[in-house]
Amino acid sequence: MDTPNFKYIKELSDGDKEFEGKVISILKREFPEELNRFLQNHKRRDYKKSAEDVHKLKHKISILGLVNGYHIAVAFENELKLESDSLYDSFMEVMDQIKLFLKNNPS
Amino acid sequence: MKCLIIDDDATARLIVRKLCSAYDSLTIVDEFSNAIDAIKFLNVNSIDAAFLDIHMPTFSGFDFIQTLKNPPRIILTTSDRNFALDAFEYDCVVDYLVKPIAKERFDKAVQKLQNFKTPVDKIDSTTIEKENTGELYVNVDRRLVKISFSNINIIEAKGDYIKIKTNEKNYIVHSTLKKIEDKLPKETFLKVHRSYIINLSKIIDIEDNSVLIKQDVIPVSRSNRSELIKRLNLL
Repeated sequence: MDTPNFKYIKELSDGDKEFEGKVISILKREFPEELNRFLQNHKRRDYKKSAEDVHKLKHKISILGLVNGYHIAVAFENELKLESDSLYDSFMEVMDQIKLFLKNNPS
Repeated sequence: MKCLIIDDDATARLIVRKLCSAYDSLTIVDEFSNAIDAIKFLNVNSIDAAFLDIHMPTFSGFDFIQTLKNPPRIILTTSDRNFALDAFEYDCVVDYLVKPIAKERFDKAVQKLQNFKTPVDKIDSTTIEKENTGELYVNVDRRLVKISFSNINIIEAKGDYIKIKTNEKNYIVHSTLKKIEDKLPKETFLKVHRSYIINLSKIIDIEDNSVLIKQDVIPVSRSNRSELIKRLNLL
């Protein structure tokens, strides 16, 4: 199982600490909001909006280097569009990983 | 090259901005979290290229391209690999970048952008003219509303806006009289005053320096009067 990391952000920053700080700060701010929105929409069984939420979270998953997590999100987004959510638990495992990673890494 | 970034994801905007910062030839003039605001911007500004997200709520990147009469060069940025074929249906699309965008891949896209030959001189985006269909789409409160030319009575300049008066209702649109004048059929519409364009077929009568259309008395400037008279079928 892959683990979240800032490798992509650091490669992109080329040592620009201000940029790194900004990206991490946006991730820390937006991730909980977007996850919360997904959870609310999923609870309401609004599959269309849930799929849109997963789509948005997908980018953050990829930025944090989670290759398998990204594939899970792609599959989950696709199945939500078909009004199914069998990958919910797998997706939430990825979300929990990110939540913990962002909590333990200061910007 | 003057560029825009259009993406509903703040992280994605920041990353594209950072990637662009490596190039002196690229200037990010603004960034938008939705395509509608970008269209409003393009109504009064021109750019050379846009980094455009495909998947945005309400108004997608493809909607954005279709809305513009003369779209700039577009580099699409997306988390979906599935739209690549659709993307290259548009002549203005230079490249298609899948997020997260790798630096090397971005460099290639910029190279393509700089060699892209389609000239884009001006963007005019508030209105979409559908050639030969006798209608116009205008951007009203984030909706594109269709108005038939035959329904338009008067268009009045109101500062940064224009008021389009039709048989049914009036529309306030962020645009200029000049821009809409270019999109109207010249045989039917005439600018009779610096603040008014009229539909010639809707004139009830003409008196001195004014015309009556429905219950509106529209001033006719001295310089436009002769053209107005020329266009009338006088007995």
